[in-house]
Amino acid sequence: MDLGAMWDFLTDPASWQGPSGLGTQLVQQLLLTVTALAVAAGVGLPIALLAGHHGRGGWLAINLSNLGRAVPTFALLALLARFSWPGSAEFGPYGRAGLATLLALVFFALPPIIAQAYVAVREVPEDLRDAARGLGHSEWQVFRAVEWPLALPLVVSGLRLALVQVWATATIAALVGGPGLGNIIRLGFADLDRRSQALAGALLVAVVALVLESAGALVQRAVTPPHAGGGSPRRNGRRMRLGSAQSRAPREEPA
Amino acid sequence: MTLLAAVSQAGVHASVVAPLPGRDTPCYAKSINDWICGDYLRDRRDELVEATTSHVQITVTAVLLGLALAVPLALLVRRLPRLEGVVLGGSTALYTVPSLALFPLLVPLTGLTTTTVVIGLALYCLTILVRALLDGLRAVPDDVRDAARGLGFGSARLLLRVELPLALPVVLTGLRVATVSTVALTTVGTVVSEGGLGRLIADGKNTQFNAELLTASVLCVLLALLLDALLVLVQRLSTPWARRARTS
Repeated sequence: MDLGAMWDFLTDPASWQGPSGLGTQLVQQLLLTVTALAVAAGVGLPIALLAGHHGRGGWLAINLSNLGRAVPTFALLALLARFSWPGSAEFGPYGRAGLATLLALVFFALPPIIAQAYVAVREVPEDLRDAARGLGHSEWQVFRAVEWPLALPLVVSGLRLALVQVWATATIAALVGGPGLGNIIRLGFADLDRRSQALAGALLVAVVALVLESAGALVQRAVTPPHAGGGSPRRNGRRMRLGSAQSRAPREEPA
Repeated sequence: MTLLAAVSQAGVHASVVAPLPGRDTPCYAKSINDWICGDYLRDRRDELVEATTSHVQITVTAVLLGLALAVPLALLVRRLPRLEGVVLGGSTALYTVPSLALFPLLVPLTGLTTTTVVIGLALYCLTILVRALLDGLRAVPDDVRDAARGLGFGSARLLLRVELPLALPVVLTGLRVATVSTVALTTVGTVVSEGGLGRLIADGKNTQFNAELLTASVLCVLLALLLDALLVLVQRLSTPWARRARTS
């Protein structure tokens, strides 16, 4: 098909302007993504870190992940937009069906955030925790000085998975009349003459997804202590296990 | 029934048809529009069965295709470890691309067909399955491998008789994840006009047809849970030693 037309559309300044242009849709979708991720982190992290600290609620983390995987993004979005609340009304800067979209995004962001953060805290060796308590640390200090720094890389990896997940879900929102770049794709497929615009939208969504994923990887690398170097054998062992846990944790919920 | 089927084929809301004489208004009529509606299940059974069947077909074909691609790829990576970064990195990048973007990008190659959806979903499965295969094979203890070699096992027999069976629990766990997420993702195929139950969800949303929307959504979740349970059963039956080890 006409890849040339797609490129022309992408490079034409006119297609970036206007209320339904690429620029507005891109900004809207990024705004949705950031808001949903912030809300999901604000709700999910305290729960997961507390559960991990006390070593309870592991079943919740696992079942949430399974549930998040089995519920189709598209179905949840369609249902939320169809219910009388949240419905498909305009919602502030988030556009049509903004609230329904945000709720669905938070729903799909929570499982990876909660599961990874819970595992992250659980993976901190029990004797490190005991040692800190033996030194007279309060529970808060145990968390602050021992658990949090050791758990951080895995917590960030959960946020990174959630970020990509949220971006993908935000794209699908357009299928149910919501905001975002998915509209370019949807409208492009509805009209044969605009097929190249659908391709352009898809390419843009894919490129932004890869950019977000790479940015997440950079942040994760920045908060992960270097593997090599000194430290006691225990600490090295701990780091190795952390590393392997990260490589073993693929994004399990594409959207 | 045939009239209703014909109407539903045309994608028209059933309530435009006057209620049949001698029968009450069905609960999916536009004036009632119930979310949960037995009349809908009865009157549109053919449509529901057809959509569910095509959903299962798309899912199963995609997972099997992903598995068929993942096995040689995993074996290749094991033979040439230098390729691991390229293969895992490449498939992860692919995995990052949202499905709503991936399907359209495949359309120039495969058109508005089921093939587009199947290939897209198979690519997602590939990422999960290659990782699961590599993790599973890596978890085989070295001394088991050595013992088999000492018994005169060649590399092919070692793989088929020792390594793959021992890797099976991890591989099947990956297969479960791949299957459940594929069931959910198939619905997005509706953007290229092939989505199994996704088509009903889209139609239910567009025509404000509550029963259709909710029924198709619930069927989707049930289908995912059912296929997951089937794979758990396969996992149990195919790795009896895992249970024996646990009970002893």
